[in-house]
Amino acid sequence: MSAAGTKHRGSVLWLAAMVHRLSGLALAVFLPVHFFVLGLSFHGGAKLDAFLRWSDRPLVKFAEGGLVFLLTIHLLGGLRVLVIENLDWHDGQKRLAMLAASVSALVGFVFLVRMF
Amino acid sequence: MNVRLYVWQRATAALMVPFVLVHIAVIFYATRQQMTAADILSRTHGSAVWASFYGAFVAAVSIHASIGVRNILTEWSPLPDRAAGWCAMLLGIVLALLGFHAVVALVLT
Repeated sequence: MSAAGTKHRGSVLWLAAMVHRLSGLALAVFLPVHFFVLGLSFHGGAKLDAFLRWSDRPLVKFAEGGLVFLLTIHLLGGLRVLVIENLDWHDGQKRLAMLAASVSALVGFVFLVRMF
Repeated sequence: MNVRLYVWQRATAALMVPFVLVHIAVIFYATRQQMTAADILSRTHGSAVWASFYGAFVAAVSIHASIGVRNILTEWSPLPDRAAGWCAMLLGIVLALLGFHAVVALVLT
């Protein structure tokens, strides 16, 4: 691809679209595991309890914080797409994208602080 | 992406905005309370509200995720459109089956 064809890749809005896509892909990979774990309670709570005890480790908690971040940033990125497609165009798209990333990082951080 | 898939993708996205906000609040609450499985099940068991909420959430996310993955496969993988569609449909079915099983496990058993 020519330099002109990849020039847009430095843009904050291109990055926002890419983060939205990759966070969605990561959530799609995570969801079957999440549903499977919740389904462990089908025959009572013992297996789910065992998993909850296993998940009470720093590394797992850190990963859970990452998932909360991914969920939040995918939600805010999706809202951005819905706003762009359904409402009048307005300036400040880059600021909104940066704000979405900041809010997501903050939510993930607060989650981690409360977990530890 | 054809118009029908586009509309489903955006409609399920809009539907899930309140679902995700509530779900994030639930995650924060459950982790703050350091709930055991018994604590969780005592709150969800027999609840028509939680069954409806998470049942609708699972249906929406299964559709939304499978269409999203279809788009990615179509644009980023060498798979032809038809194969990408089948892979996405398989993902949607797996998500729906595991998701509804989880809802039944948490609410109805």
